[in-house]
Amino acid sequence: MPIDWIMGLAGGVLIGAAAALFLLVNGRIMGASGIIGGLVDGSGRNDWVERAALVAGLLLVPGIAALATGGSETNLTDNWGVIIASGLLVGIGTRLANGCTSGHGVCGISRLSLRGIVSTAFYIGAGGLTIVIFKHVLGVI
Amino acid sequence: MRIFISFLVGSIFGLGLLISGMTDTTKVQGWLDIFGNWDPTLAFVMGGAIIPMAIAWRYSMGRKPVLADTFPARPEPRVGRNLIVGSTLFGMGWALSGLCPGPAIASLGFGGVGGVVFLGSMLAGMVVAPAVRLRLDRVAAAV
Repeated sequence: MPIDWIMGLAGGVLIGAAAALFLLVNGRIMGASGIIGGLVDGSGRNDWVERAALVAGLLLVPGIAALATGGSETNLTDNWGVIIASGLLVGIGTRLANGCTSGHGVCGISRLSLRGIVSTAFYIGAGGLTIVIFKHVLGVI
Repeated sequence: MRIFISFLVGSIFGLGLLISGMTDTTKVQGWLDIFGNWDPTLAFVMGGAIIPMAIAWRYSMGRKPVLADTFPARPEPRVGRNLIVGSTLFGMGWALSGLCPGPAIASLGFGGVGGVVFLGSMLAGMVVAPAVRLRLDRVAAAV
């Protein structure tokens, strides 16, 4: 659906603009897993206020925007086992790899970082394979 | 001022995730569903995000950040075990629910109980990650 693609592109430009602002002004990389991870494992003790401020904006603004426009749907599965397994894998995986879709994907690929490109190839590859197995073969999701 | 910029960055980031549809887990799973009903939206989001960021990286060369002393150093271009294993585990989790860390926070306000449970599990995973890393190192050293 082309309208979805246009919205995707527009939203993507906003995401990239946010990352560019963070880099050029604060000199930091906008990686969601690193910023959140630093708040929970103690590695971000020195700049926790900045991390918390970013998370606050990330939480509040889309929440308010969704509310103001009549709500938004995540269409998340209601299978608790899948949700919990998924959360654990995302938490462990992104911290082991030291990045996720925003850090390795957006910030890494845009500077042609080998690590960012390899990481993105692996998480998309593993994700595609997981969909094949859990959706098409097992029918769990 | 750095704190205000951080809040602004998070706000624009979150708005971008919402507008692009990345808080809708079916769009993310649709992108990964190459052999099913494939949804290319995520490619447009990635492409749209990479363009301003590539310009920013180029602009940063030979300059200093406005409110910091240095830009983040380029990491060693070393692809190690943790990067491969971690990215693979992340990809599996990402596909199972359709959520990754940014959208997990951005959709918390309207994602219901499921979103909260996902976030709790993700944070737990982040807390145990250093122990998993140690264990992996030990196993690798023993092999």
